[in-house]
Amino acid sequence: MKMSTTAKPDTEPRNLVGVSADGSDPAPTPRAHSLMDALVFGRPAPSPDLLDPVLSLRKVHVYYGDYEAVRDVTMSMGKNEITALIGPSGCGKSTLLRCLNRMNDLIPGARVAGDIRYHDIDIYQPDVDPIELRRRVGMVFQKPNPFPKSIFDNVAYGPRVQGVKKSELADIVEESLRHAVLWDEVKAKLKESGLALSGGQQQRLCIARCIAVKPDVILMDEPCASLDPIATQRIEDLMRALAADYTIVIVTHNMQQAARVSDRTAFFTAELDDAGVRHGRLVEFDVTNKIFTSPADGRTEAYVSGRFG
Amino acid sequence: MSVTSSTAVVDQLGELPPGHMQAPPRSWWDRSFRPLLLAGLSVGIVVLAILLIFIFVSGWSRLTPTLWQNMPSIQFPELAGAQSAIMGSIWVIATTACISLPVGIMAAIYLEEYGNPNGRFFRLVEINIQNLAAVPSIVYGILGLGVIARALALGQTVITAAITLSLLVLPVVIISTREALRAVPQSIRFGSLALGATKWQTIWKQVLPAALPGTATGSILALSRAMGEAAPLLLLGAVTYITFNPSGVMSAYTVMPIQIYNWTSQSRDEFHTLAAALCVLLLVILLIMNGVAIFLRNRYQRRW
Repeated sequence: MKMSTTAKPDTEPRNLVGVSADGSDPAPTPRAHSLMDALVFGRPAPSPDLLDPVLSLRKVHVYYGDYEAVRDVTMSMGKNEITALIGPSGCGKSTLLRCLNRMNDLIPGARVAGDIRYHDIDIYQPDVDPIELRRRVGMVFQKPNPFPKSIFDNVAYGPRVQGVKKSELADIVEESLRHAVLWDEVKAKLKESGLALSGGQQQRLCIARCIAVKPDVILMDEPCASLDPIATQRIEDLMRALAADYTIVIVTHNMQQAARVSDRTAFFTAELDDAGVRHGRLVEFDVTNKIFTSPADGRTEAYVSGRFG
Repeated sequence: MSVTSSTAVVDQLGELPPGHMQAPPRSWWDRSFRPLLLAGLSVGIVVLAILLIFIFVSGWSRLTPTLWQNMPSIQFPELAGAQSAIMGSIWVIATTACISLPVGIMAAIYLEEYGNPNGRFFRLVEINIQNLAAVPSIVYGILGLGVIARALALGQTVITAAITLSLLVLPVVIISTREALRAVPQSIRFGSLALGATKWQTIWKQVLPAALPGTATGSILALSRAMGEAAPLLLLGAVTYITFNPSGVMSAYTVMPIQIYNWTSQSRDEFHTLAAALCVLLLVILLIMNGVAIFLRNRYQRRW
């Protein structure tokens, strides 16, 4: 099966084409994306070895009651990199993402086994305060969820609950909105409701709100799932810009998005075990370019080439 | 292919004989159902209209400022007013609000945000609250008389009435506040918690403000019910003839429904007119309260 090669190679940073069914196609997989990275973002392509892990997972299992939703995941997220979690629905990628800032604690019956470390802290140790963790590991949700408050109050909320002085709020709000490339659009209407913005603006507001608390890591759970392509592109540009300062983990259904924005990609799938129960499994984790051009596992290749899922 | 076939269907429809789409003749039951429902509705509306017209007509001549400027009088119905009852109602309802709203809202927050809905205790409480909302108000009167007026020795005072009425409206306040809290989308709680807010901060700064309109609507409706209650207060000894305004929560008092009751049991017709006039005033106050509740509900409905 020869896939279409009509895609524009120079505007498509990660080349998705030219992968044959048996994976042996030697079609050139130019490092265009790394050149783009170097030119546009001033960042080198990720090295094959993960040097500086911010989050590391070792033999992680996630349960909802008796049901094991995610089985045996070992991987790491590197500093100032964008790590994409991809895979079909029900493969446990969102579940896993929510474990990284312990938002899964809020789901009754959810339980984690194994080791999730933020730097060298095991975040599931009883002495770890999930509130403190969530200030370092922020989250952006699938559906934009601005608070029913003004734009200013949306961004100022995080700093406020942490007790930041009132006099500093205006600066933090402006800085965060600028960082989220929303300032110019909303600077004249900071007092208006955050819900009056468009979907894409709302999502950038949620990102601004998240970075206002100066986190270290930003988790994004399908942040563009409810946005149109133009708003999606703006969010993606924003993610690349944010990667200079933050470590980003993104769950996405959109393979092109993972290919466009991420440095590394983890491919998950739902597998039936001997008892016929589905579990989310990590199939392959590697540099994004490798996942999309020469994956080691046949299932990954089938998924990224669109033959499955 | 599918496009052409659907065009074909349209063409066919166009050629169908006229009358093809008409429904078959309906049965008498089918035809009479709608008028029947309408009749059911009109019974309620007509009775209400007759009632309103009747009390308006009979009370009209006494709907004058003396009604709220003067105190009741047994000897001189032409000078009698209901100021003590109006002020008594305001005192009792304000005190009831001060007791029932904080308690009810706290109970609702516990049930909605902290309680474990599968726990035995939780279900027991939940069922009891629902049942309490259906307990006749006279039963609360007996409870208030035995426990609050006598055992707690608070006597025949505003505070006794307010505590009793608070117990009466508490289930309604709790149920409506719970509904308002439940209507706040989970995504707002998650958004707040993900920013490192504590559970308390999330509830206090996000969930409660978002639930406030619904809570206010339910609370106002509950209080307007308390305002019209006469039965429990009769037992609690709201004094039927009182010529001074309450001076505090430990003061003796009367309320508007009791004053109405008192006047209608007098033999002279002038007092019946006064009762009708006070009825109109009570209805107007209740109408305003319910109007505010509806306004709040419409104004702040679903902002997310």
